[in-house]
Formats: sequence, structure tokens, C-alpha cells
Amino acid sequence: MLAKRNLIKIKRVPEVLVFVLISPIMFVLLFAYVFGGSIDIPGGSYREFLIAGIFAQTVVFGATFTGAGLAEDMQKGIIDRFRSLPMSQSAVLVGRTASDIAYNVLTLTIMGLTGLLVGWRMRGSFWDGLTGFGLLLAFSYAFSWVMAYVGLLVPSVEVVNNASFMVIFPLTFIANTFVPVENLPSVLKTFAEWNPISSVTQAVRDLFGNIPLGTPDPTAWPLQNPVLYSLIWSVVIIAIFAPLSSARYRKAVKRG
Amino acid sequence: MKNVIEATGLVKKYGEVIALDGLDLAVSEGSILGLLGPNGAGKTTAVSILTTLLQPDSGSATVAGADVLKSPGEVRRSIGLSGQYAAVDEHLTGYENLDMIGRLYRLGRRRSRTRAHELLKIFDLTEAGGRPVKTYSGGMRRRLDLAGALVADPPVLFLDEPTTGLDPRSRIELWGVIRDMVARGSTLLLTTQYLEEAEHLADQIMVIDHGREIAYGTPDHLKTLVGGERMEVTLASAEDISQSQEVLGRYTVGDLTVDERTRKVTGPISGGTPVLTEALAALYEAGIGLHDVGLRRPTLNDVFLSLTGEAAEPTENSATAGDSVEIKKGKGS
Repeated sequence: MLAKRNLIKIKRVPEVLVFVLISPIMFVLLFAYVFGGSIDIPGGSYREFLIAGIFAQTVVFGATFTGAGLAEDMQKGIIDRFRSLPMSQSAVLVGRTASDIAYNVLTLTIMGLTGLLVGWRMRGSFWDGLTGFGLLLAFSYAFSWVMAYVGLLVPSVEVVNNASFMVIFPLTFIANTFVPVENLPSVLKTFAEWNPISSVTQAVRDLFGNIPLGTPDPTAWPLQNPVLYSLIWSVVIIAIFAPLSSARYRKAVKRG
Repeated sequence: MKNVIEATGLVKKYGEVIALDGLDLAVSEGSILGLLGPNGAGKTTAVSILTTLLQPDSGSATVAGADVLKSPGEVRRSIGLSGQYAAVDEHLTGYENLDMIGRLYRLGRRRSRTRAHELLKIFDLTEAGGRPVKTYSGGMRRRLDLAGALVADPPVLFLDEPTTGLDPRSRIELWGVIRDMVARGSTLLLTTQYLEEAEHLADQIMVIDHGREIAYGTPDHLKTLVGGERMEVTLASAEDISQSQEVLGRYTVGDLTVDERTRKVTGPISGGTPVLTEALAALYEAGIGLHDVGLRRPTLNDVFLSLTGEAAEPTENSATAGDSVEIKKGKGS
């Protein structure tokens, strides 16, 4: 019911939809055509290499909706109403995070289609491809819980957006999303290797069969076992942030 | 009569600020208690505790027989809350808002829909029901919010400043709706900054300030404490102030308030216009010229002046007795 409420919003606020749809298309095209020519990936096409990274970055940004939505509901006193109803106290948070999955499915579809247009192909099996998308959704769902906590903690929607921008941007750039980690300076390289966004990207890239031939095998454990490492992160994030957010929610009250 | 809402010794502090300072209250079944006080008096904090949104630092409360601290879930099943801000989703239509609340109360799909349509009709929103709420006026939002509190037909209602920020016409309309609701047997706790609103709606009024009760009783009882109408005259010349006080003192039933700067002399009278006419004639005979004259109903500020000898929210220039003050608006509660 609450997820439905958030989804109706997509329909009523087309600006959000435009942002959700246009920004991934823009990213795919920008990177494919602007950097695509100058960044060389040995033995493969940069566009194919790139797609997994853009997917990962976009679904992580998608989690911001949870944070912004909750902050808005707090500001308007809607959370007060929900909390005075005889309903499960976790329903609001679960509904919120669940609707992020719907946003992300939509976004991934659009990006996949744009990717196909610029020459990206899935070279693995159908099931591997599906697993890749599943992994993206699982990780972004976990990240939604982080943003839920942030959304309940800060005073306004603007703060959520700024805060998440400051965290998510470096997190998604100091990774193998847009460039191979091998080329990074040493400290950044270690960070990138253990960055869960790298492992998600690596896993998806692998499952889509988009790792160029002749790429040296990764040396870091997370990138050798990307699927497992990404899933561990997802579970750990949910295990920490779901209880934190719920506790925060139970105390959340609009302060006039 | 059974008490449906009961609270003893509620205390809530926000850091140094004491929002509630040992508040007791009781509302008997089927009656309306008006909690009257200025911004920051602790009204919203009291409502938040009684509706399980906030935990008190000490004290206890029961609503419809359930303890707000021990069984909040049970309390939530019997209450409806309409807060100070219309807590409705702007992007949903009026109908969708009500339907959603019905579903969250687990009324089931069909009953939620019927109830949503019923309430839209009662609150005169049927026509607007299919439009997103962001197109609604302030009064319409408040009506929708109130409708939201009634979805499950709860026996106990909490309305926190339901008419703050509304124009006079919407306010009077909303009063009608609230009276109808209670006529069907609900118990209601209402907070307000307007004496007139409390008088209109409440069976019992509790005046609070700084988280403490400062007066309690029926509107009539309160009126005898505060006095009825106010006679207010503006003198043509400041030189006449002391003489006018002497003349007017013969007709008023309480202390006069004088504002030297605006040359306004105000005092409670009983007896309405005939008394006013006599007083004016006396002023005329004494040769005191007037700029303006009028009768007005007592405001929250008058209540505070009568009950505590202080203005509701003292401003800097009101420290000395006798100065007239205005209630400062806009401070957060």
C-alpha cells in the first residue's frame, strides 16, 4: 500500500520520472561518446566495459529517493499520522525501500535499452545476465536502508540530497566503474579494490560477459569473488541499517 | 461519567526547555476538552504523548482504557489524530489519501473505498476528490486531514490547532464539522490558541502555559473569571488618560488596561451596549474627546491578563503593569 503510494508519485510528478530516465541515458551517451574514444581498454570496447559501471552508479543513486522521500514525509508531518495509526511500525520503511526497487527496475530497463543502441551486448548466458541484474537490485536495496537512516536523521530534503551527493559521488568514482583499478594510484587502488561498488560492477561485468579478453585477473580478493563479496556487503548493510532506521523511526516525530 | 482520556503528572523536557511541567488532565466520554494556550505552552507536546508519538520523561496516561506507554498499539486502534499541519500527501488525490489511510487501518479494499467516498461527501470534497491535493486550498487540506482522522471512525479524537492559519469562513465551516463529529459520540481533545474557538466547541476548557494548568472549567466558568466583553476607547488627547480612567472605572467590572502610546483604555464590562452608551455619555459630560470606541470579545491575551496578571507572551515593553501588549505571532510551538 505504501509502496503504491510512492509509485503513484512517479506518475504525478513527471519531473522525477524525467530525472530518473534522462540521467542514465545521458550518462551512457556521455561516457560512450566523450570518453569512449579516448579511454582505451586493452582487448575490448570501452562502451561494453562502461555499462556495468553506469548501472552500478545509477542504482546506488536511486537509493536517494528513499532518503529524500522520508525526509519530506517527516517535514510535512505525514510520518506523525502514520505513527498514530494501528499499523506495523516497519511498514513505512519497508514500503519506501521496496518502491526503490521498482524505480531501479525501470531505470535499468531504460539504461539497458540505451546501452543496446550504442553497441553494448550481453555476451554471457541469459541466466547470468539475470543474476547480474538481481545483484544490482539487491545491493541497491541494501543501500536504500542506509539512505532511509540518513533521511530520518537530517532535517530536510535538501540536506539528504547534498549529503548523499557528497558520499555517493566519490564512492562510485573511486572504483572500477569507469576505469580499470589497475591504473589508479596505490592508496586509491586499495580503496577501489575493497569498495563494494567495485565488486558489484565487477560481478555484473563478469556476468554480462563484458570483461575484455586478455584482462589480467584481479589480485584483490573482493574482485576475485565479486558476487560473494557484494552479497556479504548487502546483507551486512541491511543487518546494520534496518534496525537502526527502525529504532530511529519509532522516535521520529515532527518538531514544529 | 467514565474518563476516556486521563493523564497524570506529565513531564517532558527538551534540553533546558520544559515543555510539560506536571500536567494532569481528564476528558470524560463523549465530551470535548479544549486545551487553550499560546504558542509554546505545551499543547502539541501533550497531544503527541497522548497519541503515542512521544514518550514523556515522567507521568502516565491512558486513552480508551489503554496505557500509552505500555500498550501504544492498543491506543492507536482507538484514536484519530489531525495534527497542526495538514498531514496529507500532496501528490495523491484526496480520494487516494483517504483510501490509503483506510487500507492502513486494515479496513479492506471495499470498505476503504466506500469510507473514502463517504468522507469526501461529508467534508464537501467530492468534486475535488479526484484532483491531486497540491491543487487544494488551505481550508480544503485541513478538511481532508480531518477526514483522514475519521477514516476508522475512532472513538477518541485529537485535533491539534485544527483551524490555525485558516480564513474566518473556513474556520466556521470546520467548527460545524467538528461539532457534528462529536454529536455522534466521539470524545475529543482539541488544542487551540483562540478563546473563541474553545468557547464555541469545548465542554471544558483548560488554559495552560509553560506546560502547567493555569485555569480549568466550563466556558461559562472561565468567562466569569475573565469577564465578558471589553470596552475599548481611544482618547483624542493623552492628557485625559487619568480622568478617563476615573470615569470608565465606574462602568467596568475589572481592572482597566491603559496603553499610553496609543491612548487606548480598555476594560471588561458586563451588560453590553447599554453600559457602553452610558459610559460614553459620562465621558462626553466630562468633556473627554474620543477618536475611536468599540466593544470586543476577550482574546487569549485578556484571559492571561486576568488569570496571571501577565500577557500571554510578554514582549520587552510590557514589563511594567498597565501596558497593553499584543500576542506575538510566529514563534514555533
